[in-house]
Amino acid sequence: MRTIIFRSVAPYLTSLMVLFSLFVLLRGHNEPGGGFIGGLIAASAFAIYGIACGVSPVRRAMYFHPMAIAGFGLFVAAMAGLASLFVGVPFMTGLWVEPEFFGVTLALSTPMVFDIGVYLVVVGSITSIALALEEREDD
Amino acid sequence: MAGAASPHADLASAMVLQPVAAADWLVVAPVVIPIVFGAALLMFRKETQQHMVVSIIAFALLLLADAALLWRVIEHGPIVMTMGRWLPPFGITFQADVLGAGLATVAGLVAFAAVLFSFRDIDTTGRRYGFYTFFLLMMAGVHGAFLTGDIFNLYVWFEVLLISSFGLLVLGSEHEQIDGAVKYAFLNLVATTLFLIAVGLLYGAFGTLNMADLAGKIAAAKGQAPVMTLATLFLFAFAMKAAAFPVNFWLPASYHTPRIIVSALFAGLLTKVGIYALLRVLVMLFPVERDMLAIVIAWVAAFTMVLGILGALAQSDIRRAVGFVVVSGIGVMLAGLALGSELGLTAAILYALHSMIAMTAVYMLVGLMAEAGGSVSLHSLAGLYRAHPFMAALALVLFFAVAGLPPFSGVWPKVFVVKASLDVGAWWLAFAVLLTGLLTTITLGRVFALAFWRNHAEEPATMVPGDPITWKTYAPVVLLTAAVVFIGFYPQPVLDVAHAAARTILFSSGYVNAVLPAGGGA
Repeated sequence: MRTIIFRSVAPYLTSLMVLFSLFVLLRGHNEPGGGFIGGLIAASAFAIYGIACGVSPVRRAMYFHPMAIAGFGLFVAAMAGLASLFVGVPFMTGLWVEPEFFGVTLALSTPMVFDIGVYLVVVGSITSIALALEEREDD
Repeated sequence: MAGAASPHADLASAMVLQPVAAADWLVVAPVVIPIVFGAALLMFRKETQQHMVVSIIAFALLLLADAALLWRVIEHGPIVMTMGRWLPPFGITFQADVLGAGLATVAGLVAFAAVLFSFRDIDTTGRRYGFYTFFLLMMAGVHGAFLTGDIFNLYVWFEVLLISSFGLLVLGSEHEQIDGAVKYAFLNLVATTLFLIAVGLLYGAFGTLNMADLAGKIAAAKGQAPVMTLATLFLFAFAMKAAAFPVNFWLPASYHTPRIIVSALFAGLLTKVGIYALLRVLVMLFPVERDMLAIVIAWVAAFTMVLGILGALAQSDIRRAVGFVVVSGIGVMLAGLALGSELGLTAAILYALHSMIAMTAVYMLVGLMAEAGGSVSLHSLAGLYRAHPFMAALALVLFFAVAGLPPFSGVWPKVFVVKASLDVGAWWLAFAVLLTGLLTTITLGRVFALAFWRNHAEEPATMVPGDPITWKTYAPVVLLTAAVVFIGFYPQPVLDVAHAAARTILFSSGYVNAVLPAGGGA
């Protein structure tokens, strides 16, 4: 798959897809999207980069091991549930803060934090699988 | 944004509005603690030096949370928490009653002992492959299954523990392990799929998945829904999980392949989750159908225990033999379930608690025997009594307990099962239990006689130069054996727990009222 066209397009495609995955993730609360599907888009972005340029550049670019990212996601998701401990409501209750930045109301919530956790779990685990499969092909 | 509470909606009809006491968090703590620590260990997978300390802290916290939960449940009655503040039956309910909390506490104890034992059994490679992460996530699954009050959520926790158990099973990636794991995975996936199908049917028929809500709706169905089909499907799916005859062959085919500590955990915990699900679903949700199925369950129970122990008798590999002993113990618990009386259920729960502790300890002991003697085959293992007299003492206590001989923990549940079967005139069931006891004594007696008493035919030429076996190695086995001895000599506290647990599933109104207070809910 190392044609010159693919190799030149892949980095741009990857960065666009990662950006789009973030958009899908953040849109997910009230519209189609969310952490799971966003994570899948990001994981396919890394997979494409891996197919085009080899696995080690992807690993270098991600810096953290994909499984560590997945672990961090699980941790974040669990912490999003635990936040409700301090407010006296049951586990996993959605809590909202709406601070204003320069006249724009920003709705931040624990479901969003949870969704970010899901996103990271999906990115980490699927990328880890995809990279392992691609590596096997190189041998 | 939708999240902000709009002022004109009547929130009281959809949400829990009274504040939740911090102590109620105990009901989710045994699930959250292992998940948080498991995630943390996954992040720092390569720092294998820290894994020991972190996992000791995690499992100590888990055991503390379990014990506190049990104490609170006994003192103040069941604790209910519905996730995300939604009112049951719409939110996912977590509910701890004496049955769930009791089993969870013993699971916590077993896990704590296992983590102490694992420092010897699991090397750096095993840690880097994520042994402790898988172990913690499996414990999250086990506790979730014990504590959830929602039947679909029960399915989810089954999946969590199943997937983590795959990871534990293939930890060394040896050929034999993959072989065992494939059998284990395939048959367990069949069982979970059946479970899922049954849950789908149940939802189609009753439109709810909350167990407390279901208990009322199923009782009121009166021929409107295929409840008998549902009960049979659940029985089949959970019996497969619990390794009951004739769907038990995945267990002896896979339990001898992984690291010994993994076998110990599986033998202690996983089949008991199946038994727990059987008790919870059949006794609490389908009491009428359980009565009709009782004779089927009783025969399954009798075959499971007798054929299980005959299988053990035929093995020369100790690890395989112990796998069959686990199966035969499942039969005793099923017998208690089949009887369905207060005494029968108490016996089943008591046996489950005993078996979690005793079978884990036996597997650990087999691991030590294999290490000391360099083999797990009864043909070559010999002379352990002279080399390790303390190990022989532990073995004797544990073998007595597993065989159901006095004065150790195995005797009480067996006495109660026999009494409960004689009460209803099922003499053949009582006979099967007693016969199993005799055959277990012979099986384990044979292991003891050959491995400990027999002298080496020739001088052991090459002993494996492993780490010397010190008191640290024995500590987890001693911890569990002490529990076995304690229950044997002073069974009253554990018996009270088992009895109260039997009553909560037999008379489910307390459970239902705790979730859906006085006419509330849908």
